[in-house]
Amino acid sequence: MGLSDPGRPDSGGGVQVSSVSPNWVTTRLDFLTNWARANSLWPMPFGTACCAIEFMATAASRFDLARFGMERMSFSPRQADVLICAGRLPFKLAPVIRLIWDQMPQPKWSISMGACASSGGIFDNYAMVQGIDTIIPVDVYVPGCPPRPEGLIYGIRLLQKKIQGESISDDSLREEHLVGPSGLFLPAERVNELSEPFGNSVSQTRSG
Amino acid sequence: MTQPSPSVPALRRAFGDAVERATVSCGDTIVYLRPDRVHDALAWLKTDPEQQFDYLTDVTAVEYRDPERPLEVVWQLRSLPRKADLRVKAALDPSAPLEVPSVCDLWNGADWLEREVYDMFGVVFTGHPDLRRILMWETYAEGHPLRKGFPLRGHFSRAEQTRQALAAAPEAHYSLDELSIAEAFHELPKDMRERLRRGERGFLK
Repeated sequence: MGLSDPGRPDSGGGVQVSSVSPNWVTTRLDFLTNWARANSLWPMPFGTACCAIEFMATAASRFDLARFGMERMSFSPRQADVLICAGRLPFKLAPVIRLIWDQMPQPKWSISMGACASSGGIFDNYAMVQGIDTIIPVDVYVPGCPPRPEGLIYGIRLLQKKIQGESISDDSLREEHLVGPSGLFLPAERVNELSEPFGNSVSQTRSG
Repeated sequence: MTQPSPSVPALRRAFGDAVERATVSCGDTIVYLRPDRVHDALAWLKTDPEQQFDYLTDVTAVEYRDPERPLEVVWQLRSLPRKADLRVKAALDPSAPLEVPSVCDLWNGADWLEREVYDMFGVVFTGHPDLRRILMWETYAEGHPLRKGFPLRGHFSRAEQTRQALAAAPEAHYSLDELSIAEAFHELPKDMRERLRRGERGFLK
């Protein structure tokens, strides 16, 4: 994934190395931008539950998130690139994650880590957001309860791959999904559809 | 241990028919008191030299599935010097307003416990200094989640719940007293004092 070795003109995606001087290269701006962005993602850890423990393990020495350019945890959203929601999100925290997402500067991405952040998980009840994609846009969902560090790293690698396919001329990627007059990020019917019970909880009749 | 605690006959002597009944369950004595006499009895249990129940372990409530059974408010007491426990209950008629006197004046620790019972069950503790919701946000409008009549997924649609949650503006409800800024006000930097004085984060009491 790095810039190519000048001695090997066939290596590296999209980089052509001049044979005139070793001091300059030509490349596509998209490739260079995406290469830089994908390899220096600063995560904003939004850890609310046991997924955050796995996230800490991912960041620690054995799994070593620093290998992917993510060693710098950004506890301020102003300097963060990727929001990692690790854990279930109660409705009480919905305005908080919304505010943190709004405080992050573009370009920004988000990872929904684990079953609860992605769908509400086992908490199909009155207190829990049924998937953070009803609150903020999500780029990568990592399944698991909680996901192992390998799972999270796989999700991060998928996000890096996604970033490498972006183009700075595509304005729609950086479009801010402004909240409508209803205060919701998605249409109300879409939120209801995303929050429908599924799997085992469909047969629960307690909520009438 | 099937014998009731010696506190029960002592309570009967002191409060007579305010003691409705007493049972022993799993070795623990449970005393049912008339709701209007609960505060007096708990004050007596705390201060009487024979009793010395100086520690309030928990305040909670129980609602049974059987709709005829009353809703019970539970005070779990502990005497640290005597190494003894006592569970005091008051049965409330669910069709009437749920009210019991607050014991915040006896144990300061009852403050948040009573707020939790109010939040989850809707029991009003009369005389509580600051009876607000504590777990759900303060503008929560769906009711009291641990009541048996409350649906598991709440009353409103998910979209409406999401909309109301996003509109909750949590920062507007932080009291500066809770954040202990009020006491430290004079030690704050000058610009922060100015901003607090302008009411940027609510006014100091």
